[in-house]
Amino acid sequence: MSQAVDDTLIEAHGLSRHYDVSNGFFGGQATVKALSNTSFRLQAGRTLAVVGESGCGKSTLARVVTMIEKPTAGTLTLDGHHLSSEVILSDAQQAALRASVQIVFQDPFGSLNPRQTIGRILEEPVLINRPDVSAAQREQQARAMLEMVGLRPEHYDRYPHMFSGGQRQRIAVARALMLEPRILVLDEPVSALDLSIQSQILNLLVDLQERLNLAYLFISHDLSVVRHMADDVMVMYLGRVVEKGAAAAVFGSPRHPYTQALLSATPVADPGRKQTRIRLQGELPSPLNPPVGCAFHPRCWKAEERCRQTAPELDDTEVHPVACFFPL
Amino acid sequence: MATDKTPGPSLSGGAAGPHGGQSAVDTDVGSQQVTESSAGSREKPPVNAQVRPGRFREFWSYFVENRGAVVGLVVFVTFVLIALFADILAPHSPTEQYRSALLQPPAWQDGGTRQFLLGTDAVGRDLLSRLIHGARYSFFIGVIVVVIAASSGVMIGLIAGFARGWVDTLIMRLMDILLAFPSLLLALVMVAILGPSLINAMIAIAIVLQPHYVRLTRAAVLQELPRDYVTSARVVGAGPLRLMFVTVLPNCLAPIIVQAALSFSTAILDAAALGFLGLGAQPPTPEWGTMLADSREFVLRAWWVVTFPGIAILVNVLAINLMGDGLRDALDPKLKRS
Repeated sequence: MSQAVDDTLIEAHGLSRHYDVSNGFFGGQATVKALSNTSFRLQAGRTLAVVGESGCGKSTLARVVTMIEKPTAGTLTLDGHHLSSEVILSDAQQAALRASVQIVFQDPFGSLNPRQTIGRILEEPVLINRPDVSAAQREQQARAMLEMVGLRPEHYDRYPHMFSGGQRQRIAVARALMLEPRILVLDEPVSALDLSIQSQILNLLVDLQERLNLAYLFISHDLSVVRHMADDVMVMYLGRVVEKGAAAAVFGSPRHPYTQALLSATPVADPGRKQTRIRLQGELPSPLNPPVGCAFHPRCWKAEERCRQTAPELDDTEVHPVACFFPL
Repeated sequence: MATDKTPGPSLSGGAAGPHGGQSAVDTDVGSQQVTESSAGSREKPPVNAQVRPGRFREFWSYFVENRGAVVGLVVFVTFVLIALFADILAPHSPTEQYRSALLQPPAWQDGGTRQFLLGTDAVGRDLLSRLIHGARYSFFIGVIVVVIAASSGVMIGLIAGFARGWVDTLIMRLMDILLAFPSLLLALVMVAILGPSLINAMIAIAIVLQPHYVRLTRAAVLQELPRDYVTSARVVGAGPLRLMFVTVLPNCLAPIIVQAALSFSTAILDAAALGFLGLGAQPPTPEWGTMLADSREFVLRAWWVVTFPGIAILVNVLAINLMGDGLRDALDPKLKRS
């Protein structure tokens, strides 16, 4: 499904987001590198999955791409608009960008305003960004959108607390689509849902992608979900990308030890299969004080002296790049 | 298309049913059609669905459980009705002086007459009529004070919660200073500066009560701000005013409503206290606190002139406090049993 070059919707180069935190009263300043030197591109109609455990920078990436936060370094091109730490966008440009990037959050119980009806929740993006659309038109759009995500138009007047988790997530998706965006950032969109509901939402997302030619930045820690959804996969560890490539390549022949460990931790519904689970030692290190050299070396079973001293870089010219001195 | 891959919502609701915690939420969809059936919905409610009432019904069922709150509400409503229909209910004018009946005791005592059921005061005014008209002043005071204090307090609280940084610090430290004074003393000082009258007393009480609203609102705003729906409103480009009043404020209202109900009684009490000290409503006004002050020299000779206004204040304040407690229990999700 690879398309022409001009279909690229997101292009990130060396994207970083660092936070300055003060270390208490006497501690002075420290920097948390929540996201360092991340580069990727995403085309229309494709899904890029970002995988990693909690605290690896997945959600920071989502917040930078949706412009909730500004990158501290690097450039980000969203649907033809250039963004970086220096560029200050005019209101009109921001409005245009808002219309092309939207986000769906993890928890459908927190992402819908409990005091607004579904109709108002859906219409709010249009009301703010397209004030020239008449109220009747807005309502029509909202009702049409409800139908598109598999809800009934009469749900328009109800409140979020009247819906189940799966239905709420449909509403959240509907709201994100109201401005007809080209990019949808899905921040763990199904991890708060029951398994049976998860598949319904995933099917809905696949269906919408086919119909609207959307680009998905799909953030998840659930590898079985990623396997189902992704065209490309990006594995992150402690704010850095450690492996990147087509989904089939990453799942079929993981090159980074961390990816391999992640994959071996996914449960497989086959009791006869031999367990070859790799157990990682230790905890995820504090991002305030990351290890010198390769960030993964304290937990890696292949680490050697070289890994403790220099950090391996990801070579973006490769098809299936990996940030490791001893790829598998 | 959507229909073949994704079953309708009723199906997805059903599918979620067996999964523990989900089921309670799922019944909402059915029951909601019972309580708030919109014109468009044709479905019948599921037969076995445990009916969960709508928002107001739910609130009411919790409120009714609290006996004291219901009694408080009944008394409060009675007082409101008395205040509304004071002109019809009162047997006499509150300011007319019957020179032939000074300090007449209540009807059931020796020397009392049917004409003045609760007796008369030192200048021959009917006590019952004055109490009935006094209800008007009490509610007038309560409503105005609460409206001024709540609206300004909520505004300042919203600004503090949204601005953070030095604006927040400045506002909150100012409020701490206001709260550090005993409230009646501060009100006294302010009335002394502004000059004694009912309006000035109300302004002073409103200023004294307002820091509570500021704190409450700010705390609620800080609790709501990091939630996803606020972020999602930001992502679609909601401006600060929209975020404040449309997105966040409606979700902070429950504690503010409770505080408003409780400070209603505080306002009445403080106004009565100021009236008693001669700094609130001025003499011919039949305000309960002022009535008490006017008659304190007759405490030993004519018990009724002090007792009845006192009882009126007591019952009124008690009723509102009981009601406010019930309101808090019913609106606070943490006190609810699941």
